[in-house]
Amino acid sequence: MADFRMPVLGADMKTGELVAWLKKPGDTVQKGEVIAEVDTEKAVVEIESMFSGVVERLLVATGDKVPVGTVLAVIRSESTEEGAPSVGPAVAPPPERLARAARPATPASAAGRLRISPVAQKLADEKGVDLSGILGSGPGGRIMVHDVEEALARAPGAPAPPTAPIDRALRMRQAIAGAMSRSHREIPHFYVESVIDMSRAIAWLTEENARRTVARRLIYGVLIVKAAALALKKVPELNAVWSGDHVDLKPDIHVGVAIALPGGGLVAPAIHNTDALSLDELMTQLRDLVRRARAGRLRSSEVADPTITVTSLGEEGAESVFGLIYPPQVALVGFGRLTERPAVVEGRLEVRKAIHASLAGDHRALDGYRGSVYLAEVEHLLQEPESL
Amino acid sequence: MNDSETSGKVLAILAELAPEVDVHALKPDVRLRDQLDLDSMDFLNFLIGIDEQLGVDIPEADYPKLGTLDSICDYLKAKLTGSPAGPPS
Repeated sequence: MADFRMPVLGADMKTGELVAWLKKPGDTVQKGEVIAEVDTEKAVVEIESMFSGVVERLLVATGDKVPVGTVLAVIRSESTEEGAPSVGPAVAPPPERLARAARPATPASAAGRLRISPVAQKLADEKGVDLSGILGSGPGGRIMVHDVEEALARAPGAPAPPTAPIDRALRMRQAIAGAMSRSHREIPHFYVESVIDMSRAIAWLTEENARRTVARRLIYGVLIVKAAALALKKVPELNAVWSGDHVDLKPDIHVGVAIALPGGGLVAPAIHNTDALSLDELMTQLRDLVRRARAGRLRSSEVADPTITVTSLGEEGAESVFGLIYPPQVALVGFGRLTERPAVVEGRLEVRKAIHASLAGDHRALDGYRGSVYLAEVEHLLQEPESL
Repeated sequence: MNDSETSGKVLAILAELAPEVDVHALKPDVRLRDQLDLDSMDFLNFLIGIDEQLGVDIPEADYPKLGTLDSICDYLKAKLTGSPAGPPS
C-alpha cells in the first residue's frame, strides 16, 4: 500500500483544497497519471500519482481543505518500492469526511456519459449552464471548473461573476507575497551580471526561421532557456535546493520558466530535463506550458520540480532584471530586453544585439565567483547557437 | 474573402489569445503590443492562427509590417489578392 498525500506545490503552501477526484476506488492508476485536482492559493493544479497501482480508498472529500502531507488516498501499489515521497508527516483526514470521500466522486467514462468534475457540475447546476456545448479541457475531454466559468463569461447578457476572479487574483498575490517575503527574509542574495552579445544567436535564429514554416519557428527565449540549462553542467551547484542547513544538488535539470498570467501574477513551472531537449522539443514544451499555465492547467510535478528559475522580460521589458530566488531553489537567472548596443569588435565600433543576463544566488549555497563562471558559460553557449 | 471577413478572423484569433480583452475596442491604428500584453510566444501563436485560418504563412522578415490592426489587415489583403504587401508600419 502507498499513501497518496497532499503535495507541496509552492514555497509557502500550507494547505490545499481538493477540487476533484479523477479516479475512484478500484480504478487503475499509472505513475504520472493525473488523479486529482487541487486548488493551491495560486491555481488549480492537476495532481499526478507518484506510483502505479489500484486506488484502494479515497480519504478526503472534494471541497475539503487539508494540510500538506495529509493522506488523500491509499493506493495498492504494484511495487512496494514505489512508495509515496515523504512530504511531511501524514495527517489523518477528519473522520466525518470519510463517509463522503468514500462515495464515487467522479462518474466513469461510460459511453455517452458526460465527463465533468464535481465542482464544475455544481457550478453549472447553480448557474444553469448548458453543458452540451462545452468542450472540456481536462483529461479525456473532461469539463473543468474553468470551462464552465468561460462558458458563463461567454453567455450573452450573463452577469459578470466579480468575486471569483478578484478572489483568485488576490489569492495569487498573497501566495506570491508569502513566497517572496520568505525569500527576501531567509535567503542572503548576491547578484552578478553580464551583457551578452546576442548577434550571432539572433542571426542564426533568423536564418533558421527563414527555412521554417510559421508553426515550426523558434523564439529566442528558447535559446536562452537551453543555454541556461546546459550551463548548469559546468556549474552544477546552482542546480540545487537549500535544505535547512545544507545544499542538496539535483541530478536532473528542470528549469522553471517564469510565465506572466493574464490579469496579473506569475508562475514558474518546470520543463523537465531541459538540458536533454532539442530546441524543437523545448519550443513545443514551452508553448504547451505557457498555454496550460494561462488556462490554469498545470501539473503537480511541473509546480513542484523546478531546480532553478529563468525569467525573461522579453522584447518589451526593462534592460535588466534582478529577481528574488524562489525557495528552496538557490539560484535565479534573469534576462532583460534584447537591445542594440554599441560595442568594440576587433578594434572597430559596431552595433550589436545584446541582453543583460543576471544571476541571483543564495550566498548560503554559492558564492559570486561561481555565479560569474555560470554566466560566462551561458554567454559562451550563446555564441554557438547551432550547438544548443 | 472580403476585408470585413479578414478583419473578423484577425480579431477572432486575437480574442483567443487574449480572452480578457474586448478586441472590438482595440484601436486599429495603434500598435497592438501597446494595447495587448502580447509576448513573443503570443505573437507567434497569432501568426500560426493567421496561417491556419487564412492560409498566409508570414515570413519573419515581414514581422515589422504587422504593428497595428490596420497594417495587419492591409498586409493580409495584399497577400490574399496577390498584390504587393502594404507599406512597413
